[in-house]
Amino acid sequence: MFELLGTMLPSRLLLGTAQYPSPAILADAVKASGTSVVTVSLRREMAGGRAGEKFWSLIRSLGVRILPNTAGCHSVKEAVTTAKMARDVFGTSWIKLEVIGNHDTLQPDVFGLVEAARILCEDGFMVFPYTTDDLVVAGRLLEAGCKVLMPWCAPIGSALGPVNIMALRSMRGHFPGVPLIVDAGLGRPSHAATVMELGFDAVLLNTAVARAADPVGMARAFGKAVEAGREAFGSGMLEPRDVAVPSTPTFGRAVFHEA
Amino acid sequence: MRVLIRGAGVAGLTAAFELATRGAAVTVAETRHSLGGNASWFAGGMLAPWCERESAEQPVLDLGRDAADWWDTATPGQVTRAGTLVVAAPRDTGELERFASRTSGHRRVDEDEIELLEPDLAGRFRRGLFFPDEAHLDPRQAMAALHDRLAGMGVEFRFGVDARHISRFDRRIDCTGMAAEDDRLRGVRGEMLILRTPDVSLSRPVRLLHPRFPLYVVPRTGHRFMVGATMIESRSTGPVTARSMMELLGAAYALHPAFGEAEIVETGVGIRPAFPDNLPRVEARGNAVAINGLYRHGFLLAPAMARQAAGLVFSQDRTKEPAHETDRQRRSA
Repeated sequence: MFELLGTMLPSRLLLGTAQYPSPAILADAVKASGTSVVTVSLRREMAGGRAGEKFWSLIRSLGVRILPNTAGCHSVKEAVTTAKMARDVFGTSWIKLEVIGNHDTLQPDVFGLVEAARILCEDGFMVFPYTTDDLVVAGRLLEAGCKVLMPWCAPIGSALGPVNIMALRSMRGHFPGVPLIVDAGLGRPSHAATVMELGFDAVLLNTAVARAADPVGMARAFGKAVEAGREAFGSGMLEPRDVAVPSTPTFGRAVFHEA
Repeated sequence: MRVLIRGAGVAGLTAAFELATRGAAVTVAETRHSLGGNASWFAGGMLAPWCERESAEQPVLDLGRDAADWWDTATPGQVTRAGTLVVAAPRDTGELERFASRTSGHRRVDEDEIELLEPDLAGRFRRGLFFPDEAHLDPRQAMAALHDRLAGMGVEFRFGVDARHISRFDRRIDCTGMAAEDDRLRGVRGEMLILRTPDVSLSRPVRLLHPRFPLYVVPRTGHRFMVGATMIESRSTGPVTARSMMELLGAAYALHPAFGEAEIVETGVGIRPAFPDNLPRVEARGNAVAINGLYRHGFLLAPAMARQAAGLVFSQDRTKEPAHETDRQRRSA
């Protein structure tokens, strides 16, 4: 169990709900992963009022907590409007805040992000901001009222895995008490295990599972990797050494190797 | 046996053909005033079960394999058997690898072979996949041809009527798509364009892979090209959105810059009816049989569904469910 903003969650894996071959496979993947939070986008689906209601009701029937997101929003105004709509549709004040700054790389517009975060926090939202690994931006988001941060480890959907381990390490070090969730860029379970070993509180991913040949199998694999990484973090990993160390004592050599 | 078919989309018309050829007296009732306007009308018309397997489950390939033969028999001259070409921009060749690993029935083609297949794409793509056994048709022409064929076989068509007022029949087949009152169905919105330009010629459907905006272009007669299609979890029938239009046009332009000068002769929106597993169903209820959930595979899977429905109508065993083993069932087996 892990506590996130006062809610006890059984899993440290958060799963996106887009791009699956079918809602039935999505439901199986959610079950196999053990996740207890799913994200759902509604920017595009809300055109024409509540015409996307059927898909949203399938998401609600998964029986897990819903973290709506503002994916596809490019401005503060759009993101704020979408967040308010999401609060109505899903009855939750949790919102994953995305304000996209570049159409090609989908990297966050961190200036718009801080502004939108301030507006939404003042309005009573629990804002989960999708941000970069920049420490100054992270600080501004906390000042704006965010209680959790979601740094990327690589661009959305890129499957590159952590491209800047140093930045992630330093972020963990600078904000020891803030829940940090790595969001975006994870491609394979070993990537998830790596960032969990660094001490991140959770990971959020979508494409790596949804677009796998077998999304259900991949969801299960990620669930296990996240658990493994977390347990390793809490169990004190060995630091790398440059000499071989036998795990059973060897006899017959009374002296240190003369280097 | 007198059979009433509700709905003159691709499901209704194919069912009418299967039943009429087995000797039933068939009436097709359609609330619209003509063949157009339903989801089938806005379809791409690709008979491409191998390509679809990229995201669809095995039953789509199993049930769709014979679709081209079916259409060739029912509507001679409508099917073009020229395969499918799949290409990707140089920066997206990872998508090509992914597509190749998820599908079968293809061979890799290089720049020279792409030029042989589609001379107008010469020099634009270095690598691609060719699916030689796939086919395509123009949905509107094929539906019109099937309608005429059925009328010639004695099938009665009644347009602009509410089928509930027709009572003299022994069996009913419901093929009403999103209009069916079935709580399990959801709509998946698809937006499409028709472009016209004499500056590009294609002989077969071309799929342009992209991590975010995969698109296909299907050549039609009169220098026209169908460009499709978005997939949005919504049953909104409102006009194509600006963003979708930009995505479709952007991808068409990436396939060939001459599409930049093409005329946009039509935009269309269809709502695909889908069950949670995105696979179609034929189900018997009382003296009625329902065909629904064809999703994005109307022309591909309607023939197989029509055959199953006709089988149900004529068989004693009216509770029989069509067998299609999904990937999930296979996993849990």
